[in-house]
Amino acid sequence: MSAPDMVIAARESHTLRIAPPIGWWDLNLGELWQSRELVYFFVWRDIKIRYKQTAIGAAWAVLQPFLAMVVFTLFFGKLAHIPSGGIPYPVFYYSALLPWLYFAASLQAATNTIVENQRVITKVYFPRLALPISSVLSGLVDFGVGFLLFLVMMVYYGIRPGVPLLLFPVFLLLAVLTALGVGLWFSAMNAIYRDVRYVVPFLVQFWLFASPVAYSSSLVPVKWRWLYGLNPMAGVIEGFRWSLAGQGMSPGRMMLVSTAIVLLLVVTGLIYFQKMETTVADVV
Amino acid sequence: MTDAVIRAESIGKRYRVGERERYVALRDVLANAIKFRGRAKKQSRDFVWAVREVSFDVKRGEVVGLIGRNGAGKTTLLKLLARITRPTSGWAEIHGRIGSLLEVGTGFHPELTGRENIFLSGAILGMSRAEIRRKYDEIVAFAEVERFIDTPLKHFSSGMQMRLAFAVAAHLEPEILLVDEVLAVGDLAFQKKCLGKMQEVSQSGRTIIFVSHQMNQIRRLCERVIWLDAGEIRQSGAAQAVVGSYEATTMGGTDPFVQSGAGGCFRRWEISGEGGEANVLRDGLKPLILKFTVRTDEPILRGHFGVHVRNHDNVLVASWGFDDVFVELGTQQLLVYLPFLPLRPGLYRIFCSLYNDGNNLNGGRLLEVWDAVPCLAIESPPLSHSQDAWAGLFNISAELKVDSFAESRV
Repeated sequence: MSAPDMVIAARESHTLRIAPPIGWWDLNLGELWQSRELVYFFVWRDIKIRYKQTAIGAAWAVLQPFLAMVVFTLFFGKLAHIPSGGIPYPVFYYSALLPWLYFAASLQAATNTIVENQRVITKVYFPRLALPISSVLSGLVDFGVGFLLFLVMMVYYGIRPGVPLLLFPVFLLLAVLTALGVGLWFSAMNAIYRDVRYVVPFLVQFWLFASPVAYSSSLVPVKWRWLYGLNPMAGVIEGFRWSLAGQGMSPGRMMLVSTAIVLLLVVTGLIYFQKMETTVADVV
Repeated sequence: MTDAVIRAESIGKRYRVGERERYVALRDVLANAIKFRGRAKKQSRDFVWAVREVSFDVKRGEVVGLIGRNGAGKTTLLKLLARITRPTSGWAEIHGRIGSLLEVGTGFHPELTGRENIFLSGAILGMSRAEIRRKYDEIVAFAEVERFIDTPLKHFSSGMQMRLAFAVAAHLEPEILLVDEVLAVGDLAFQKKCLGKMQEVSQSGRTIIFVSHQMNQIRRLCERVIWLDAGEIRQSGAAQAVVGSYEATTMGGTDPFVQSGAGGCFRRWEISGEGGEANVLRDGLKPLILKFTVRTDEPILRGHFGVHVRNHDNVLVASWGFDDVFVELGTQQLLVYLPFLPLRPGLYRIFCSLYNDGNNLNGGRLLEVWDAVPCLAIESPPLSHSQDAWAGLFNISAELKVDSFAESRV
């Protein structure tokens, strides 16, 4: 946005028109940008509160993926001998569990966020999108802490990621967008239909098995792999493994399909969320 | 462009009955979709208009009061203007940064400290981080909670929480502020402080829309008042007039006998003299004049003019009758001179009656009985017993002296 554009936007934001909702695209992204500090405060609040009453505080962020990694390594690796493409099992699993646990936690948080914040929603206006966005972002803090352990593991196992590491931020962004896209749908649905929150844990469980966490997507026949990419987490997880562990296969075509699906989810999620937003203060 | 900062044009909000009580379960929706497929749309009786066809303008710097019974749509109207909920019909235009204060402590979290809550609540109410940081010390000082500022909010007393919450809200600086009945809480001293702060805000040229059930607050703060009744504007105009007629209709008691006949009618009344003005009596111990304006369609010869005053319990507390009254044809003023009217503070109804050719006992003809609008508001400083139940009807100062028995015999 050029400088004169911004001046116009700022001036326009001072005249506000309140009217019945019409059309299907009513999203005010400029306003969302203006409330970025609010997003920051929501993230900050979520994190503060999450660790304020726990005995070991932020250590949970490491313990959770670490214990999951141990279990997966023991049962799927050592017992079931799932092929890992030459990557040490702990690295193979940890690099997949990081994005998966991030996704699962963010999705649950986003699903509940509208209902949990109903008091605020019915008392003051702010762009409601700030809520699911901050749920998804606050998960990144846990992710960051968990990632520190991965750095230790990389040193321990002598993993030297190559050029693919440069693509890691892209995969991380894709993980965030996946959580956001699905989160938008579920947070809006949960605001209207309260039983959605009971559905989500089941969904997350099934989704785990449908994603290449416990196994590698190389088990999926090549000609079906693009179809497998319809599960956006498949692309994300394989992308993580590939860019972090420095081995395995590049996600390629599967990745493209996943990216397309994610973008579709985000756009439709925004539309659906914004439709819900116009009535949310009346129903929550 | 006019200088109207808020302009609402037949704005309305319709709710489905029961919508707020119950949420839908996906299960029910699916079941209903199968059961009622092809059924006609919901019937209109399932809907209720919380706000209907409301139009008004608010000018820059104006302080507008919103009054009405519970459920009249005051809060819904504020929510529409605050964008918390969207209108079903009509539109409104708002020029300027708008902030709303519908409850005290929006966004407060018990686990966070006072300091953290100031930032969080401030941000949710629309302040930027820099703004909060700038006003932080002022907020803490206003709330009088310096010592506890790093303690989690859950350890605050409810009074302290309230003070902190209002302190944050009071330091909001939007150009337009919507306030819903938030001053009804807190102790009296703090309420006074808040009221002072609000007055300060309104004098700084900001526009305020203020909902309250406290008519004295409304009288003190607002220039203009909008009275909502069942979602629609019943009356809108100068604060005194609207509050007056609102109070007149909400006062308890049944009409003893209100009758409007041919021959004459009362137009208005007011207080003048040292004790008060308009319909407000500020000092009941000072002389006052009750001025009634009456329009007569026939000359009144040997007529009767009666005035009586009833309190909120409909008890007749004072009454005067004047016989052999002569009033010329046309619009005239009847002045009732009183040395004092020492009634306890509160709202009173005044009834006036006018007879021609005699009074009610000797065959006089009743021209009109008027339930005077606005009602009489007595705002004398309370002088009698401090407990309502023992305050009695009168408001007369008294002093106590204790003498020893021996001395008093001398």
